[in-house]
Amino acid sequence: MWVYEKKLQYPVRVSTCNPKLAKYLIEQYGGADGELAAALRYLNQRYSIPDKVIGLLTDIGTEEFAHLEMIATMVYKLTKDAAPDQMKAAGLGAHYANHDNALFYNNAAGAPWTASYIQAKGDPIADLYEDIAAEEKARATYQWIINMSDDPDLNDGLRFLREREIIHSQRFREAVEILKEERDKKKFF
Amino acid sequence: MNTLRKTWHPYVSPFDPCTPIKVKTYSTPPNLYMGFQPPGLEQFTPMQALRAGTLWKAFYDPWYSPYEKAREGQQP
Repeated sequence: MWVYEKKLQYPVRVSTCNPKLAKYLIEQYGGADGELAAALRYLNQRYSIPDKVIGLLTDIGTEEFAHLEMIATMVYKLTKDAAPDQMKAAGLGAHYANHDNALFYNNAAGAPWTASYIQAKGDPIADLYEDIAAEEKARATYQWIINMSDDPDLNDGLRFLREREIIHSQRFREAVEILKEERDKKKFF
Repeated sequence: MNTLRKTWHPYVSPFDPCTPIKVKTYSTPPNLYMGFQPPGLEQFTPMQALRAGTLWKAFYDPWYSPYEKAREGQQP
């Protein structure tokens, strides 16, 4: 069960109406290494992972939904008053035809989100290594989006999200260390 | 080893169609080096931590666009 707090994890400010940036940012919404994929990946893997690290996956998976909400707010603000012409000019003509200005879970190239973006191998090390890789890929994606963005307010929020990827990767790496130690202990029986 | 950006020099051909990028950089964030986090690391104040995205100074490694910085007349 979740308790919803009606505020964002970090304030989202957008200084200019820029649908083109929304087109790139949607990668972190419905892309392979986006926040939706991250949340669903961790909250699903946690059932079959050793007890000691279930809580970590629950916490990080939950936080990913908070990030998803921030990305949604950013995309919404970037496009909410964009006229069809502006959407077309931003390369979002096909999106507009299908969705008006609504958000949708697809990547920057318009491919819809698919469950094949995530894995659950059932092997704790394999799953945690996938999670570490996912965090590093999300970190890199934020870097490339920051590089393309000239909106300082938006970049501030993106930098926060990128920093969280670093911390999540660190905690997953620590989870691996915990499981490695557990395995070593059995040798003394 | 303990820098947060690494650089490398890609091969530049005399026939490259675009202006060659002579130095490329990539990010090597602190989580790669820490292992299990040791106790007693230095902390941000709570207000700073909320802004930074981490409580721990050792993990703070913000990314700024090199292009944005170039526009401001700073070194990337």
